[in-house]
Amino acid sequence: MHEALVQNTPAAAPARRRGKRFEFMGRLFRERPLGAVGAMICLLLLLTGVFADVIAPAGYNAINPIDRLQAPSAEYWFGTDQIGRDVFSRIVHGAQLSVIVAFAATTLSIFISVVIGVTSSYFGGRFDMYTQRLVDGWMCFPDLILLIVAVSVLGPGIWQVILILGLLFGIAGSRIVRSAGLSAKENVFVHAARSMGASTLRILLRHILPNVMAPIIVLYTTRLAAVILAESGLSFLGLGIPPPTPSWGGMLSLDGRSYMFQAPWLAIIPGVALTLAVFGINMFGDALRDLLDPRMRGGGGRYVAQVRRKPKAEPAPVNAQPTSSTEV
Amino acid sequence: MGSYILRRLLALIPTLLIASVIVFSVVRLVPGNVLDLMLSQNDYSSSSRDTRGALEEALGLDQPLYIQYLDWMGDILLRGDMGNSLWRNTPVIEEIGARLPVTLELGILSLLIALAIAIPVGIYSAVRQETMGDHIGRSFSIIALAVPNFWLGTMVVILPAMWWGWSPPNRIEPFFEAPLENLKVFLLPSLILGASLSAVIMRMTRTMMLEVLRQDYVRTAWAKGVPERTVVLRHGVKNAMIPVLTLVGVLVPILFGGTVIIEQIFRLPGIGQLLLDSVNSRDYPIITGIFLVSGVMVMTVNLLIDLCYGLLDPKMRY
Repeated sequence: MHEALVQNTPAAAPARRRGKRFEFMGRLFRERPLGAVGAMICLLLLLTGVFADVIAPAGYNAINPIDRLQAPSAEYWFGTDQIGRDVFSRIVHGAQLSVIVAFAATTLSIFISVVIGVTSSYFGGRFDMYTQRLVDGWMCFPDLILLIVAVSVLGPGIWQVILILGLLFGIAGSRIVRSAGLSAKENVFVHAARSMGASTLRILLRHILPNVMAPIIVLYTTRLAAVILAESGLSFLGLGIPPPTPSWGGMLSLDGRSYMFQAPWLAIIPGVALTLAVFGINMFGDALRDLLDPRMRGGGGRYVAQVRRKPKAEPAPVNAQPTSSTEV
Repeated sequence: MGSYILRRLLALIPTLLIASVIVFSVVRLVPGNVLDLMLSQNDYSSSSRDTRGALEEALGLDQPLYIQYLDWMGDILLRGDMGNSLWRNTPVIEEIGARLPVTLELGILSLLIALAIAIPVGIYSAVRQETMGDHIGRSFSIIALAVPNFWLGTMVVILPAMWWGWSPPNRIEPFFEAPLENLKVFLLPSLILGASLSAVIMRMTRTMMLEVLRQDYVRTAWAKGVPERTVVLRHGVKNAMIPVLTLVGVLVPILFGGTVIIEQIFRLPGIGQLLLDSVNSRDYPIITGIFLVSGVMVMTVNLLIDLCYGLLDPKMRY
């Protein structure tokens, strides 16, 4: 028991932690090349967001009516829209908006998830029961409908969107933190700390929280992508961030639909940006999960490969044709 | 089984109550100035709701909260009455009922397409792990997870129109009179929605199949010389489907949200379009009605899925 206490104490030496971080990056690149690509896309998105004003050649709402609906060229990399705004500049500023909304809403949601999840699992009993029934009631509503209804009450705008997305994903994510908390509170060192008379707050912050950190980090990355998608979906429906602020979803919205027939880049480019961003975050998140969760490590189906060495009777067990699925 | 269903139904009551309180609170959260906004923006005079007091009365805001709630719940439970539309003065329940079939058909068709793509490909991916087919299947699911369905939908509407001047039909014939014409309208939207759902289901199927195929009883089956088809389908798939079924329950709310977007792109007159129209015209009785109906539908589906576990898993005790 004493050993367990020492091993699991969260206060690890900073030097060791630093070494671990390098090791982690090394493993990311060696074992999960796709995850490393994702990490690079995330970094690119982040840098674009931070330095948007420097990168973008024009303001996001700089109107130039003479050059309206120009095809992509050396001057306008991604072309111009129906009132002559440079699409490249709008994409760059859109990245900034996505970064702001994603980080703000995700941080808020994780904070809510942790507060609900940790307290609900640690205190248990009746408190847990009531909290979980509330979460049940909240979660039976479809995300997007909840978002639309909430926007209909609060009105569109960047802060409203952040608040609503944070609350929505926060309550939904509390389940995951709670289940991690349930196993964390059974650790011997938690019992030890309690018997030594540590305050509840201290136990929660020093012993429970560090031990639910791995799922929280994974939750954070998956939520980033979900928030970006949800925000763009809302803006696409005209309920998110009001124009002229360039949200990638808003750039695809139905208002611009009639121009997209003449200028397809107006429809293609924001979608590609959105897809790339979500793809990068997903890949990075998957790699993080695999590296942080020891249960997922190794053993990737070698057993099945061995089994298959027996003489094959049929070419395929099911009439699956993977090529056909790519056409969808 | 009977008592199990009864117990599940009873357990649903607190959730339903909380859900109804959430729905109820939404309209009460409407800040007072929005009422003024409604009056200035919208011309309610046709329905004699031209003063603030009349509007408050129409929304039932002039009563104490608990009475408002009891009135509202009582009307729904006893008479199926969710109030009237502020604009058209038609009962909300009729407005929703008229739109529901479109959304249901879109949703069910999408789910069927998603399962029809995801389960075979997921099984194939797991059984032939690390082969070309597996890589193609997984790449597809990675891409489908990242592509927003509203973008895919937009492209499907725009590109064919640009190239061939073709646009998807949106005149809906009744299914039982002209099933082919009807399916023509729904096929494309459902394919887009189904493809984006299938990615998640495919990943889950693959993961669960990989896990099940490493179980002792599967090894025993191999050792007995059971043919591969039987091992995979009888021993593998049946056991791997339980978590996949749970996942379908999780996906239903997402599917519901997806129909809102897809209906908008393809101009299908479903619940989603009614919801967006009502948000734009601030028709709160309809908004709350749809909100409540969506919650109840999700709960019903989850109940049905719980009951299905018994069919797949004989170990399951009721």
